[in-house]
Amino acid sequence: MIRPLITAAALALLGALPATAQSHITVQSTTSTQNSGLYEHLLPIFEEKTGIDVRVVAVGTGQALKNAGNCDGDMLITHARAAEEAFVAEGKGLARHTLMYNDFILVGPAADPASAAGDDILAALSAIAESEAPFASRADDSGTNKAELALWSEAGADPKAASGTWYLETGSGMGATLNLGTAQGAYVLTDRATWDTFANKSDFEILVEGDPKLFNQYGLIVVSPAACPATRIVEAETFAKWLLGPEGQDAIQAFAPNGKQLFFPNAAE
Amino acid sequence: MSAFREAIAEAAGLIVRADADFLEIVALSAQVTGLAVLIACAIGFPLGALLAVGRFRGRGALSLAVSAAMGLPPVVVGLVLYMLLSRAGPLGVLGLLYTPTAMVIAQVVLVTPIIAALTRQVVEDLDAEYSETLRALRATRAQAMGTLLWEARPALVTAALAGLGRAMAEVGAVMIVGGNIDHLTRVMTTAIALETSRGELALALALGIVLLVASLAINAALMGLRQRIGEPAHG
Repeated sequence: MIRPLITAAALALLGALPATAQSHITVQSTTSTQNSGLYEHLLPIFEEKTGIDVRVVAVGTGQALKNAGNCDGDMLITHARAAEEAFVAEGKGLARHTLMYNDFILVGPAADPASAAGDDILAALSAIAESEAPFASRADDSGTNKAELALWSEAGADPKAASGTWYLETGSGMGATLNLGTAQGAYVLTDRATWDTFANKSDFEILVEGDPKLFNQYGLIVVSPAACPATRIVEAETFAKWLLGPEGQDAIQAFAPNGKQLFFPNAAE
Repeated sequence: MSAFREAIAEAAGLIVRADADFLEIVALSAQVTGLAVLIACAIGFPLGALLAVGRFRGRGALSLAVSAAMGLPPVVVGLVLYMLLSRAGPLGVLGLLYTPTAMVIAQVVLVTPIIAALTRQVVEDLDAEYSETLRALRATRAQAMGTLLWEARPALVTAALAGLGRAMAEVGAVMIVGGNIDHLTRVMTTAIALETSRGELALALALGIVLLVASLAINAALMGLRQRIGEPAHG
């Protein structure tokens, strides 16, 4: 009476789970490229052309490199040059390619209590440290977090000593940290793509931009089949060639949600 | 309050428009959770009955372990499964990481202890009531377990519902082992987490409202079932 019903339900559920696609790759990626909607723009174009299904796992750059190091991905799209070069030097990845760039920005409350606004990021961070105005850090070993820590150290400040007082280490992704920042009135260093597409801006504004130190380069690495025999090398190379070639670079160039370009292709350089 | 009004309007819009991406996410949630709860029932009912009426060494310890496992943090389950299913892990060759199957496994691990512990309690209570009758009928241990489980079925629906609640609400484990991959492993809860991180709070809340409505519908249906199967047992 009930048993056949349950058996039928179980069979229906089993059968309904998506079967594994024949040709697919897994990309371990930084979050900014997913949160901004870049993949929703790029992947349908590539998938239509090649039939290769691209599965994106979006985590921080640090975790993406670790996951790929465990062979749980065929390709990396990240933004932390030193860590990327170390990954290749350890033999885990084939060559590192420059893919595209944009920039980091400092956002904060429009009232700007620390008077951080300007075009000098080091001066802005020093002003925040001096006035002990709240600052939210991702503290998650992501590419943005690595860049932020490098800037603090260049500014000669040690914010970690103030962790829990004015320096708030969220240990979360960019979006979660921005949500906390806008709620607490805390300054946040973010990539421009995530900020431009972020919908919960509250009264926050861009306070520092345009400093050459805020350059944000994205890199692409195909995982080495020597280190990870399960790497789908043919499909991964196909996707890499497409992204680095004229078609992919043009597609990146054309991605402009809200009429504003968010990533600037620079693979050929 | 306008944010809440916006979210409610958005939720209604999602249901009315029923666009393909949204339906895909709802369907995958239902499949993963439904399958996980069915498997958890298949393991948890007999395990609970065994713990209630079985007589074997280590029964107390196993009972305690099952009860304690009810409080397993989903993130820990996700992490352990990631380490097992990763290509670098012992089960890596199966290629299950970042698949719906991995998500089902994670939810089975989370839900089975709840169903087994609740079943044990129910069957123990019934056993106190029926044990003399069963002994008079010279029922074997297995027959007794089967009879008690059958008599307990209205309460077992409640146990299954408790498990379903945990599975539907869970995000930590399925995020890690599923990867929240668009069109493959994105379910309601991981979609809510993604929209929250995009700052799309109204849309995230709207998805939450849809999840709540779905949960209400399932609970109502199963409570109806519970009443139907409850009647003959006490009639």
